[in-house]
Amino acid sequence: MQEVKDRAKQLLADGTVNRVVGWKAGEFSYDITPAVFTSAEEIDKDFIYNDFCAPNLSKYLIKESRKEGKLLVFLKPCDTYSFNQLLKEHRILRENVYVIGVPCTGKVDIDTVRAMGFQGITGMESDGENVTVHTLYGDKTVLKADTLGDKCKTCKSKKHVVYDELIGEDGEVNTDGARFELVEKLEKMTADERFEFWRGELSKCIRCNACRNVCPACSCENCVFDNPASGIQQRAAVNSFEENMFHLIRSFHVAGRCTDCGECTRVCPQNIPLHLINRKYIKDINEFYGDFQAGEDTETRAPLNAYTFDDCEPGIVYSRGGNE
Amino acid sequence: MHRIGVFVCHCGTNIAATVDVKAVAEAVREETGVVFSADYQYMCSEAGQTLVQDTIREQRLTGVVVCSCSPRMHEATFRKAAAKAGLNSYMVEIANIREQCSWIHKDMVSGTEKAIILARAAIAKVMLNTPLTPGKTPVTKRALVIGGGIAGIQTALDIAEAGFDVDIVEKQPTIGGKMTQIDKTFPTLDCASCILTPKMVDCAQNEKIHIYSYSEVESVTGFVGNFTAKIKRKARFVDEKKCTGCGECVEKCPMKKVPNEFNLGLDNRKAIYIPFAQAVPKVATIDANYCLMKKNGKCGLCSKVCGAGAINYDQQDEIIEEKYGAIVAATGYNPIKIDKFDEFAYSQSPDVITSLELERLMNAAGPSNGTLVRPSYLSKQDDHEAHPKTIVFVQCVGSRSTECRKGSKEYCSKICCMYTAKHAMLIREKYPDTDVYVFYIDVRTPGKLFDEFYRRAVEQYGVHYIKGMVGKVSPRADGKLDVQGSDLISNEQLHVTADLVVLATAIEPDKTARSIGTMLTASMDTNDFFTEAHPKLRPVESPTAGVFLSGVCQGPKDIPETVTQASACAAKVVGLLVKDELTGNPCVAHSDELMCNGCSACEKVCPYGAITYSDKEFRQPDRTVAIRRVASVNPAVCQGCGACTVACPSGAMDLNGFSNSQIMAEVDAVCR
Repeated sequence: MQEVKDRAKQLLADGTVNRVVGWKAGEFSYDITPAVFTSAEEIDKDFIYNDFCAPNLSKYLIKESRKEGKLLVFLKPCDTYSFNQLLKEHRILRENVYVIGVPCTGKVDIDTVRAMGFQGITGMESDGENVTVHTLYGDKTVLKADTLGDKCKTCKSKKHVVYDELIGEDGEVNTDGARFELVEKLEKMTADERFEFWRGELSKCIRCNACRNVCPACSCENCVFDNPASGIQQRAAVNSFEENMFHLIRSFHVAGRCTDCGECTRVCPQNIPLHLINRKYIKDINEFYGDFQAGEDTETRAPLNAYTFDDCEPGIVYSRGGNE
Repeated sequence: MHRIGVFVCHCGTNIAATVDVKAVAEAVREETGVVFSADYQYMCSEAGQTLVQDTIREQRLTGVVVCSCSPRMHEATFRKAAAKAGLNSYMVEIANIREQCSWIHKDMVSGTEKAIILARAAIAKVMLNTPLTPGKTPVTKRALVIGGGIAGIQTALDIAEAGFDVDIVEKQPTIGGKMTQIDKTFPTLDCASCILTPKMVDCAQNEKIHIYSYSEVESVTGFVGNFTAKIKRKARFVDEKKCTGCGECVEKCPMKKVPNEFNLGLDNRKAIYIPFAQAVPKVATIDANYCLMKKNGKCGLCSKVCGAGAINYDQQDEIIEEKYGAIVAATGYNPIKIDKFDEFAYSQSPDVITSLELERLMNAAGPSNGTLVRPSYLSKQDDHEAHPKTIVFVQCVGSRSTECRKGSKEYCSKICCMYTAKHAMLIREKYPDTDVYVFYIDVRTPGKLFDEFYRRAVEQYGVHYIKGMVGKVSPRADGKLDVQGSDLISNEQLHVTADLVVLATAIEPDKTARSIGTMLTASMDTNDFFTEAHPKLRPVESPTAGVFLSGVCQGPKDIPETVTQASACAAKVVGLLVKDELTGNPCVAHSDELMCNGCSACEKVCPYGAITYSDKEFRQPDRTVAIRRVASVNPAVCQGCGACTVACPSGAMDLNGFSNSQIMAEVDAVCR
């Protein structure tokens, strides 16, 4: 998208910013990686914004915004929620960041494409409607809508909640609730079925920490899993504690702060649907305390950090049958 | 090297009957770090405490676990004992094997098993305890009394008498509360306002007492000795300082049809009003719901006639902030709403009234100027039918109820038996031609001169007391009331044709008590009465330090009892305010700056405002310096509630004496 590139070069040239946080190609054309650019030459050479730029850049600003000078960041609608949430937690220095909102029509996900039966994929191209998949066995064109990742299939919002300027048209918040359909399916299972489902999924975990490292809510200076004083560090070696509990502890730590950006599931090399745990909490919070979207603004007290007379009692867990 | 001593208490048979205390002492002796264990009949006794102290010295103990009652009962006792023997007080842990064990389990096997588990958890925790030293905090020498009824008035007068400043916050335009509405008081039958109004005047004249009338407490922050309260002074549209209480404005106000709450709606008042002649402060108040000027900007008569120029239609609510060392809840009561008690026809007939309404009907300042008339004849008092010839009193309306009807109470309202005897007696005295029936479940008259009083009503005044309840009151076409009741002693159904039915309505805590309780973090029971710190030994203190209880907000009581409790409460407040400083609680939170993200989660949940943030420089592993926002806790303000430790996502917040690792160790020990 030339407009994005041009604007980045302009802002660098007029001295508004001295760095640009954006995307560049990885090993494969569909494998996009975040990058920091400091000159027009670098931008011309490597900068990319296309239908494969899924990574959420907001977490990189924790470190980058504390460095010398102002920086430019491009945020898709869903990324702006993470940005806001981090602002709320005082993790990003807002005055050091210039935010340009970029439009998004959903990003192609390699795992979805593989699941469609493609093998030996060497590259992909998208024209916005169709995606051409290059494989060792020839090329094939499919509908882009079919290739979207989990986070994009049930996109929560096409509206930017924070920006300094916008490229393209702003969209609307999606309120159809489709993102909770899978959670509802899990809720309908018996406790045993659900336990089996999650044991099956979580047993695939190789503790690569990709989910934690990519998660904008998992931004602690020192993670409890790396902290000897926490009492839960490195227990994987002695028993199945971490295999069972790592993701549950992590999801509790981000409960009420998770914006549902879906990065955890996108980066998981084992394809564990981690976002479903977070979505269950989001759904519960909505039901218990009224609709709440983390990162929608920088002021609202999160329901789990605010106490009101109307809060439900813990016993609600029993009355809704969650203990069966 | 840990050297832990475990002391298992029998508590007579309180614990020993359900827990094999010897087996507990035996079992914990095997635990790592335990060098001594013993059981004893009463560990809190002098001999028991000496055993603990001697063992600390002889065995050179580094930690003590006492398996006994709740720490709320005797933690302080054993901490003090340990300190005397040279061990830091905070190296003592209590395993509660009474309330959490022997009292709730029936059989010895499970009771003993649980006691051993609880002891193990305490041992696991004490291993991680560290010696702590408490700090000191100053005491603000000023008290806040919430509620200006007789309870609040008496407490305030006594505190002021001891030389301390005290503020009364009263939500009505005048202090005085319910007692101002009562005609005569039992058992001596002296007039309520004759004994109350001098006290109200004393409050107004005492320079140590400040009255915030027509005001409400908005919020309370802080802790014992150091509370900060925000008080909302509701706009009364009259300048309190200028108003002389002359009443000229009330005279001229054209808006006459406002239900008069002082007379419980039996008559009307003006839109600008002084509740009653002896009101303190004697200042007019404009009821904005009815004032023509406030509603549509046309009138302004009161402003024109006010010689003092006190009327100010533009007055706004004002919030003032004040610091207090102690807070007294004296929020009082109200009769319950009885609209749902259809069988008594309260909503159908004006001649079915509550006892408090009867007080107003019998009072010289009431709607009938003290002549007892049927409310349906209030406007035609000269009619020969106006005076009720037969009156039926119904006891326990909404009290002592076993049904879960909306609004009815399980408890006894305590005052009804006596005031009904008073009403019956006064009526028979003044109108001997009147027949008076009292339907009752029991007559409860404990109290000095109380039973004699009741017997006088029966024996001297010939009041018909009938044991049994009224089943139905039906208004008849001729205006009389058909009362059906049962007489349990002669075992027959009774029909009484009455002119007036008086319901002894249950009383309940004022509706504002619940929100004030939440503000003060003071605990309440299921009926919204404030809970005492101890029902027998600390009856006027709330479990929340620095919060005290006065009057009916703690439980139903009559005027003598209320005044007694109000004075007791004042004594406790004075006991706190005379201290120059309080020993703080060392079990406070602290943040590990290396772990802190500066996310403000802790600051947002802290109810005491104890957490602040600052930017600090940190050397990074790569030898560069980074500036990070980190939290710090003011230990003088922190109350150790622990809310921050669970809100902190990174585990940077921890609580002295209840650290995350200590709690995990307890959980691990329980699950072992």
